[in-house]
Amino acid sequence: MSWPDLRDLLWEGIKETAWMVGVSTVLTAIGGLLIGVLLVLTARGGLLPARPVHAVLGLVVNVTRSLPFVILLVAIIPFTRALVGTTIGTTAAIVPLTIGAIPFFARLVETSIREVTPDVVAAAVAMGASRRQIVAKVLLREARPGLIAGLTITVVALLGYSALAGVVGGGGLGDLAIRYGYQRFETGVMVATVIVLIVFVQLVQSVGDLIVRLLSHD
Amino acid sequence: MIEINGVRKTYRSRRRTVVAVDDVNLTVGEGEIFGVVGRSGAGKSTLLRCANLLERPDAGTVTVDGVELTALGGRRLRDARHRIGMVHQHFALLSSRTVAGNVAFPMELTGVPRPERRARIAELLELVGLGDRADAYPAQLSGGQKQRVGIARALAVRPRVLLSDEATSALDPDTTASILELLRDLNKELGLTILLITHEMGVVKSICHSAAVMREGRFTESGEIPELLRRPGSELARGLFPLSAADAGPGETVLDVTVSGGGADEPLLAEVSRRFDLDLRILGGGVETLAATRAGRLRIAVPGAEITGPLDYLRSRGALVEVAS
Ligand SMILES: Nc1ncnc2c1ncn2[C@@H]1O[C@H](COP(=O)(O)OP(=O)(O)OP(=O)(O)O)[C@@H](O)[C@H]1O
Ligand SMILES: [Mg+2]
Repeated sequence: MSWPDLRDLLWEGIKETAWMVGVSTVLTAIGGLLIGVLLVLTARGGLLPARPVHAVLGLVVNVTRSLPFVILLVAIIPFTRALVGTTIGTTAAIVPLTIGAIPFFARLVETSIREVTPDVVAAAVAMGASRRQIVAKVLLREARPGLIAGLTITVVALLGYSALAGVVGGGGLGDLAIRYGYQRFETGVMVATVIVLIVFVQLVQSVGDLIVRLLSHD
Repeated sequence: MIEINGVRKTYRSRRRTVVAVDDVNLTVGEGEIFGVVGRSGAGKSTLLRCANLLERPDAGTVTVDGVELTALGGRRLRDARHRIGMVHQHFALLSSRTVAGNVAFPMELTGVPRPERRARIAELLELVGLGDRADAYPAQLSGGQKQRVGIARALAVRPRVLLSDEATSALDPDTTASILELLRDLNKELGLTILLITHEMGVVKSICHSAAVMREGRFTESGEIPELLRRPGSELARGLFPLSAADAGPGETVLDVTVSGGGADEPLLAEVSRRFDLDLRILGGGVETLAATRAGRLRIAVPGAEITGPLDYLRSRGALVEVAS
């Protein structure tokens, strides 16, 4: 394959992957934060204890996390179709990616928030902070380094899963590697794709680490 | 200023029930520093957490600055809490905020406008002696400095009451002394009422006007310090002035003499010695200036078993005399 062709292919793959992973990351961040915070709040001794809510939420998270991604991909096809009107292509891949990543990130959010010492939360309550203020100004704020580290791990995982989404015609770099590298024995394309993916992961991790470093003050 | 009436708090777990606070009554007057001492597990922290309803008592009422907290909930309780400062053993500062940010925190909660916040932060940091560390993060401060930030933060919204749970327990003796001095100054200058928990008698000695001893959830004694010192068998007096066991010589009677107020500075023992022609031996003890009074407690050995004369004399001079052996 000629370089201009390869370049165009790669560029197309990069754009598709960036779109899939980018949108999934934003949606996952929102969903994961929401569920993670809820898991902490509704836990026993939490700020808004609610046993049943906590139990159901925990179960849903665990079930989703224990499903192999490929199975999840297939299992939610009807849901995907209902939501985006199609089951192939990058936009369709965003649905299973997000649904797979939210519980993963939610647990990381939960863990990070639990690291905030109860002492500090008690101090805020003693100062007359409302629940909303405690979540925003104490829990999420104090947990920021952990949250960013967790999001970094999640983005890297999403990159990996997005390659898998290629299997069902999701597009992106993974799709490229499979279609050309694997099915047509174009080793050059395969190697180039892998290199691009490595660069992606390195980039995400470095940026994540940098932000964590800037946010940590201990 | 702080009125705790019949407060009880029970913790239940599957295995056991702990009555952490058991029917405690406590009144802290305006401008008073009240100390609660007791062993680990006595229920001191639980009691303090009941004072701002961090723990809601199972029974009894808590009234602070004229507001009955136990009758409130939600927004009204939060509003009341804005006027109660609290200082914590492990400082409980926000690690993600600078010193200035930590002091700003309670003001943000109550919606103090930014320019006003700025001015108040500068004023408070000056007050606690951290004027030059506004931009430092807690991790960059020493324990004593962190506690100063904790105190500045507690004072930010001008509370009239300060609650302190072992504020100096994590600090070395010199730093402890400086923090206590700060609390005493705040009490004098702002008329701040302070309810503090400690397991160090030194804290009670140096700043408390009144104190209570807590054991298994109950107050075993409680009152103003000069009055407690005059109370026979007072545990607090023993704690404030520990007397080492010293054996009496043959035919000697050992007396523990406690004096407080003006009596502490009178040559009482010399008078007894002269008047009854006795050779007294001092076995131990000391005289000190407490926050509330000047007081002393001495263990002395008196020759002979017939001691009614000196005993009555000492008592007539206002001393508390207990026969130790
Ligand atoms: N949240 C809780 N759940 C169950 N039991 C508790 C809880 N908090 C305190 N207790 C129990 O209540 C009793 C009193 O505890 P508290 O912390 O008030 O003691 P303390 O006098 O402050 O002790 P220390 O000097 O060690 O701080 C203890 O037996 C403790 O185990
Ligand atoms: Mg305690």
